[in-house]
Amino acid sequence: MSEVVQFNYSLLVPEYVLAVTAGVVLLADAFRAELKLGRGTVPWMVVAGAVLTVLASIVTAGRTGEFAGLFAVDAFTTFFRVLLAATLAVVVVGSHEFVTKHIRHQGEFYTMLVFATLGGTVMAASRELLTAYIGVELLSFSLYVAVSLAKRDPRSGEAGLKYVLLGGVASATLLYGMSLIYGAAGSTSYGLIAEHLAKDSEGVHMALVLGLAMVIAGLGFKASAVPFHMWTPDAYEGAPLPVTAILSATSKAAAFALILRLFAGPLLPVLRDWQWMIAVISLLTMVFGNLIALQQTNIKRLLAYSSIGQVGFMLMAVVTMSDVSASALLLHLGGYLVTNLAVFMAVIALYNQTGSEEISDMRGLAESNPYLALVIAAGLFSLSGMPLLAGFTTKFILFQAAASGGYLWLVSIAVIMSTVSLYYYLQVVRQMYVLQADGSLIDPQSPDVNGPRWRLTATGYVVTAGLLAGVVFVGLYVSPLAVAANRAAAALFS
Amino acid sequence: MSASEGYLMVSLFAIPLGTALLLMLVPSRERGAIMAVTGLSSLVLFILSVYLFARYDYTSQEQFQGVVAWDWLQNVGFLGDHGIQLKVGMDGISAAMVLLTGIITLAGTWVSWKIQHRTKDFFILLYVLIAGVYGTFVMLDLFFFFLLYETALLPMYLLIAVWGSTRKEYGAMKLMMMLVAASILIFTAVFAIFTEANLGTFDMTKLFGAHYDPRMQKIFFPMIALGCGTLGGMWPFHSWSPDGHAAAPTAVSMLHAGVLMKLGAFGIIRLGFQILPEGAAFWAPGLITVGITAALYGAISALRQTDMKLMSGFSSVSHMGYVFMGLGTLNVVGMTGSVLQMFAHGVMTALFFLLIGGMYDQSHNRDLPNFSGMAKQMPIWTIFFVLGGLASLGLPGLSGFVAELHIFVGAFRVYPVVGGLAVLTAAITATYLVRMFAQAFFGEFNPRWNALRDITWTERAGAGVLALSMLALGLWPSPWVDRIANTLARSIPGVSL
Repeated sequence: MSEVVQFNYSLLVPEYVLAVTAGVVLLADAFRAELKLGRGTVPWMVVAGAVLTVLASIVTAGRTGEFAGLFAVDAFTTFFRVLLAATLAVVVVGSHEFVTKHIRHQGEFYTMLVFATLGGTVMAASRELLTAYIGVELLSFSLYVAVSLAKRDPRSGEAGLKYVLLGGVASATLLYGMSLIYGAAGSTSYGLIAEHLAKDSEGVHMALVLGLAMVIAGLGFKASAVPFHMWTPDAYEGAPLPVTAILSATSKAAAFALILRLFAGPLLPVLRDWQWMIAVISLLTMVFGNLIALQQTNIKRLLAYSSIGQVGFMLMAVVTMSDVSASALLLHLGGYLVTNLAVFMAVIALYNQTGSEEISDMRGLAESNPYLALVIAAGLFSLSGMPLLAGFTTKFILFQAAASGGYLWLVSIAVIMSTVSLYYYLQVVRQMYVLQADGSLIDPQSPDVNGPRWRLTATGYVVTAGLLAGVVFVGLYVSPLAVAANRAAAALFS
Repeated sequence: MSASEGYLMVSLFAIPLGTALLLMLVPSRERGAIMAVTGLSSLVLFILSVYLFARYDYTSQEQFQGVVAWDWLQNVGFLGDHGIQLKVGMDGISAAMVLLTGIITLAGTWVSWKIQHRTKDFFILLYVLIAGVYGTFVMLDLFFFFLLYETALLPMYLLIAVWGSTRKEYGAMKLMMMLVAASILIFTAVFAIFTEANLGTFDMTKLFGAHYDPRMQKIFFPMIALGCGTLGGMWPFHSWSPDGHAAAPTAVSMLHAGVLMKLGAFGIIRLGFQILPEGAAFWAPGLITVGITAALYGAISALRQTDMKLMSGFSSVSHMGYVFMGLGTLNVVGMTGSVLQMFAHGVMTALFFLLIGGMYDQSHNRDLPNFSGMAKQMPIWTIFFVLGGLASLGLPGLSGFVAELHIFVGAFRVYPVVGGLAVLTAAITATYLVRMFAQAFFGEFNPRWNALRDITWTERAGAGVLALSMLALGLWPSPWVDRIANTLARSIPGVSL
C-alpha cells in the first residue's frame, strides 16, 4: 500500500449527480416563489437527475476504481446505480400526482427520496464497514422522514415513529456486530478482513460468531427478514404509497447489495459459521411472510408480507453463496424490482382515482378500467412466478441456483410457499375480474353491474405501460439482464 | 421432416400467442372481427397440425424430427453452452398430441362463438391456453417445456371463474390450486434432474442421455408421476377434475379434458420415462395399481352421477386410469395403447362436453333424471352423443376400441389379473352409458323440453370434426400406431415389445 494514492474522482460522477440533484431540489423548492417555478418543476428535476445518474453510470461502466479499498466502482456498483436511479425516476414519474395531493413538504420529500437512492448506491459500492454503515444510515434516515410525510393520515406519523425507533435499534445492533467483526479481524476493510479470516479459520471464534449474528440481525431488519420484520407491515401501510414503493424496491435492493458485498467478500472464508443462520432466516422468512399474507385485506399490507416472502426466496441465494447464486440473485432482484414497481405504480394510479387501499374496493376493476386491471394482474402473476412474465424466469433461475448449490430441500419449501403466494394474489385478481362493482359474482346470463369507466393520466399510462412491457420483456427475453447480473456477480468475486 | 417443419412447429405456439395479442387490439364490440380472427387462426392451426402429423416419418431412425433451436441464454451462472434454448422437435407421441390439439382447438373455437359475455377476453385467455399446450408438446428444452406447461395453467382460473357455471368459484380455485400445487413436485424434480445431470444445459435431447444415479431416479420419478399425474387426473388426486369440468364453460372443458389432461400423461412419458427410465421401471407396478384403481373408481363413481358433466368428469378419471395403467405395463403394446387412449379419450371427451354444453345453454339443466326421450327433440345431438358413448365403451370400429385393446393386451402380458379388472371396468362403463342412453335419449319424451332445439350449425360442425376423428382412428389406426409404437420402442430404455 505504498504506491502513490491517486483517486479517479470522475468515477463518482453518478453519486455527485445525485447529491447535487438533492441540493438543487431542496433549494428550488424553498425559493419556488422567487424563481417563479411551476408546481411540476421539482419532480421533473428529480427525474432529470435520476436519468443523468443512469447515463453517467453507463458511461463509467467500463472503468473500475478502488479508492484505497473504501469504495469500489465496478460492474456490481454499476448494476445497482442503474437499478436504483431508474427506480427513483420511475417512482417519481408514476407518483407526482399523488405527491401533489397527499404529501406535506414536497421539496423535502423529493430530497429524501434522492438521498435514499444515494445511500443505496453507497451501500452497493462500499468495501469498508464504516462506509457501508454511512450508506445504511443515509438510506434509513431519509426513509424515516419520508415515511411520515403523508397529509392528514395519522397512520403515517405512527409508522414513522415505529420505523425510526426500531430502525435505530437495528442500526445499533449492526454497528455493534461490525465492531465485533473488527475486533476479530483487526480491520474494517473488506479485503483485509477476508485475508485475516482466511488465515485462521481454525476453530470457532466466539466474538466473530456473535458479530456475525448481530450483523445478520441488523441487515435482516433492513431487508425485513423474519424475525426482524415486525416494522414492515406497519411502515408499509402507514407510509404514503410512493414511499412504500421505495421501501419495497430501493431499500430492499440496497440491503441485498450490502449483504452480497459482505457475505461474498470479507465473510466468505467463514461461510460455515453463518450459512446455517441465513438458512434458518430464509426458511422462516418465506414461510411466515407468505402465510401471514394470506389474511391481509389492505393492498399495502398484502404487498408488505408478500415482499417479506420474496426476501425469503432471495436469501436462499445468500445461503449457497457463490458467483452462480449471486448472479441468480441479482437477476431475480432486477426482475422483482420491475414487477413490484409495476404493481405499485398501478396501485398508485388506482388510489388517485378511488382513494382506497382496501383490496375489496378493487371490485369490478376489470370493467371500469380493464387496462389497469391487466397491469395489476400481470404484476401479481409475475410476483407469484407465473410464466411469460419476469417472475417465472428469474425465480426459476434463482431456485435452480440454490438447488445446484446443494439446498434442494430449501428450494422445495420455497416452491411450496410460492404456490401459497399464488393463492393470495389470486384473491386480488378475483376481486378485479370475478366480482362486480356491487360485490356480486359475475354471471354471463345477466348484464354486468359496472362502475363508470375512467382513464389514467398520461404519465400514469406511460409509466405503467413501460413497466408492464419490462415485466413481459424480462419474462420472454431475460438475456440482457442476466448478462448484466452475471457481470456484476463476477466483479463481486474478482 | 426437416428444419422447415421445425419452423412450423414454432408457429404452432407463436400463432395462438399472436392471436391473443391481435385480439387485444380488436375492440370488444366487433364480434365479427373476433370471430374472423379466431376462426382463421384455429383453421390454420388445424391444417398445420394435420400436416405435421402426416409429415412425421416413422421409418427414420432419428428420435426427434424437424429440430430447430435458438439460443436464449447461455454461459451465465450455472448455464454452459446452449444452456437454455428455444428448441423444438417432434417424435411420434408429440405428433399424435399435436394432431389432437389441432382438432380440439378447431371444434372448441367454433362452439365458443356463442359466448356473448366478454367474448374478446374469453378468446384471449383461451388462445394463451392453446399456445401453452401446443408449445409443451413440441418443446425440447426443459426450461421452456415447463414454462409453457405453466402457461397452459395460467388462464384456467379466470376462464372458469368468469365464464363458468355451477359452483364456478369453488371449482376454479380448487382446480387452479391443485394443479399449481402439483407443479411443486415437478419443479423440484426438474431442479434435481438439472443438478444431477450436471451438463449446464436444459436441452432435453442431452438430458435424455445423461447419467442419473438409480437412487435419485427412484426418488424423483414418483414426484414427476404425481405432479404430472395430477394434471392427468390421476386417482387419488383427481378431485379437481369433476368439479372443475362441471364448473368450466364448454370450450374450456373441451380443451382441458381433451388436451390439458393429456399434457399430464405426456409429461410422465417425457420427464419420467424418457429421462429417468430406471425410476420408471422401479415404480411401474405402482403406476399400474394406481391406474387400474382409477379406472374402476372412476367408472363406479360415474355410475352414481346424475349431473351429465360430473358423469363425464368421472368417466375421464376412469379413462385416464387406463392411460396410467398402459404406461405401467412397460411394454410397447401397452404404452402405445396409452398414447392411443390419450388421443381417443381427448376427442371423445371433447365431444361429450361440446354436446352437454350445447344442451345446457338452452335448458340450464344437466340432471339426467330430468331428461327422457330426447332423441325425438334433438336427433342430431343424440346421434353424436350415442357415437361418443359407443366409442367410450369400446365398440370396435371406433377410437376407444383400438386404444383399449392395446392396453388390455399389454396388461395381460404383465399382470393378467389387472387385465381382467380392466375388462370389468369396460363393462361398468358400458352399464352407465347404456343406462343413460335408455333413460335420457329414448323412452317417453318429457314435454317440459318442448322448447329445446337441436344443436346449432357451428356445434354440428365441431361435433362432426370430432366424430370423424374418432372414426378415423377406429377404422384406420395404423398412422397412429406406426408413429407411436416406433417412437416408444426407440426412445425408452428398457421397454419390452
